[in-house]
Amino acid sequence: MIRVENLGKSYAGQWVVDLPELELPRGGLTAIIGPNGAGKSTLLSMIARLQSPDRGVVTLDGQDILRIPGDTLARRLTVLRQDNAMAARLTVSDLVGFGRYPYSKGRLTGEDHAKIEESLALVELQPYRHRFLDELSGGQRQRAFIAMVLAQDTEYALFDEPLNSLDIRHAVSVMQLLRRAAEELGKTVVTVLHDLNFAARHSDRIIAMKNGQLQFAGPPHQVIRTVALRDLYGIDLNVSRTDGKLMVDIYG
Amino acid sequence: MSPELRWQRACRLTLALGLVLALAVAGYMTLGAVGKWSFVLSYRGEKLLTILLVAWTVPAATVLFHVISRNPILTPSIMGFDTLFVLIQTLAVFLLGSATVSAWPPQLVFLGELAVMVVFASLLFHWLFSRIAQSLELLLLVGIVFGVLFRSVSGLLQRLIDPSEFLIVQDRMFASFSGAEPQVLTMSAGLVGVATLWAIWRLPAIDAMVLGRDAALAIGVPHRRLTAEVFLIVTLLVAASTALVGPITFFGLLVANVAYRLLPGAPLRLTLPLAGLLGAALLVAAQVVLERVLGFAGTVGIVIEFLGGLIFILLLIERAR
Ligand SMILES: Nc1ncnc2c1ncn2[C@@H]1O[C@H](COP(=O)(O)OP(=O)(O)O)[C@@H](O)[C@H]1O
Ligand SMILES: [Mg+2]
Repeated sequence: MIRVENLGKSYAGQWVVDLPELELPRGGLTAIIGPNGAGKSTLLSMIARLQSPDRGVVTLDGQDILRIPGDTLARRLTVLRQDNAMAARLTVSDLVGFGRYPYSKGRLTGEDHAKIEESLALVELQPYRHRFLDELSGGQRQRAFIAMVLAQDTEYALFDEPLNSLDIRHAVSVMQLLRRAAEELGKTVVTVLHDLNFAARHSDRIIAMKNGQLQFAGPPHQVIRTVALRDLYGIDLNVSRTDGKLMVDIYG
Repeated sequence: MSPELRWQRACRLTLALGLVLALAVAGYMTLGAVGKWSFVLSYRGEKLLTILLVAWTVPAATVLFHVISRNPILTPSIMGFDTLFVLIQTLAVFLLGSATVSAWPPQLVFLGELAVMVVFASLLFHWLFSRIAQSLELLLLVGIVFGVLFRSVSGLLQRLIDPSEFLIVQDRMFASFSGAEPQVLTMSAGLVGVATLWAIWRLPAIDAMVLGRDAALAIGVPHRRLTAEVFLIVTLLVAASTALVGPITFFGLLVANVAYRLLPGAPLRLTLPLAGLLGAALLVAAQVVLERVLGFAGTVGIVIEFLGGLIFILLLIERAR
């Protein structure tokens, strides 16, 4: 379980994350939604120790994350950042291979190679394994980074807008992939999503943030409500139910 | 590029360059020799050792510097690293007089210079990297300004000191492969050895730094500490090479970028040896052709720096597009 206590981050006197208390239970898929600038990325960064909070603590299964050695943490929790600008020339398989670093420290074993293959297959990138990242489309590159996270095989995996620049087919397949990771492999998946219908359909819990604060949280059927979402985003939208499935119509 | 293909190419390149290097070394040791062989070989052997040491040190420092700056155009020298070493040397002679300085054991002087260099460079460049590293252009500019500043201050001090003292310092202002003092050679070799072993030990982690800070942290690489470590390794390497032959600006850039083109996207365990081998083949072959065959004494540094300078300009133009 990831627990956040009194967590805060401020820029220029403004709290961009201000969470007295938040729990992300073990297992399942948690979606974080909210408008741009709500503090979602900052929250994930602090949980993964990429940024240091200005106050408060994050605990992982009861342990303060700042007390966990870096290589131990990297075998338990990882994060895929929103923007993965990469200056260096790297091939897809080299990139995915870095996901095995916490285990093999750069000397890939047979097991590592098997994991790399498996991850490449899951995101359907085997034909591109020897391509350089700058020879891929944006969506293919995004899938390569997702494969790297999968290869790292951590119990907790945080994704910041993983569906960015994916076509519908691959957006669906990545979403199902995350779903399966949670369901079949028992991983704890936390992902920032902008597509409310994906969040409604595939998540076990939804956390809504706005202005750095927790707006509401709960299972989809409780929180995917017209009024709550209108309030969260400040636009006109409608939630309907067809065949028991939630549909959010945001198209005006 | 598949790992197998890359490995094959690395093997072929190593073989070819090894051959060139062997030929060049043979030519260097034997061409135009007069007098007793035992003397010629031991005298030239020492010079060759200096050249080979520099041929490894400068490219290695440059490649490692590229990893932490995440930019293949910067070099420690462009950032004013080695002019700092010259400044320290000049300052010592200026403040204490060459008589005092040369009365000390050279090992001690070397270690002293090294310590000052490490402390100063760490402070300066750590500050640079933490404050303005976001803008490469600014970083480059500040580095060049520092380089010019160090050079000018050294120049000024050299004009102020006694002419005979000046000669001693001036000797070290320009890259010259005419061989270093034996004590300095031994110390530098030891230093380069330590820095190299350190780098080898940390190589897999250093490799992961190409991912950038966030992704490196996410796979458990202690990015901040490692940056500091690599910084220190680079400082040691630059200090050693500067003590041996004086400041070299573009040689490392030339060799490193050729190595990147030959083995694109290769891990450091392939890139570093290739860059070293390229550097060695280039330096020794240049010595043989320019000095032994054409008889232009002391021009190797100038020619290689000229080529490297061209590469630097080409890289800048390429980036601008
Ligand atoms: N380095 C920074 N300096 C100043 N403000 C920042 C910085 N990083 C993020 N912010 C601000 O923090 C707020 C939250 O950002 P972020 O967590 O990226 O939002 P989200 O991911 O929900 O869109 C935004 O208002 C953003 O402008
Ligand atoms: Mg964000």
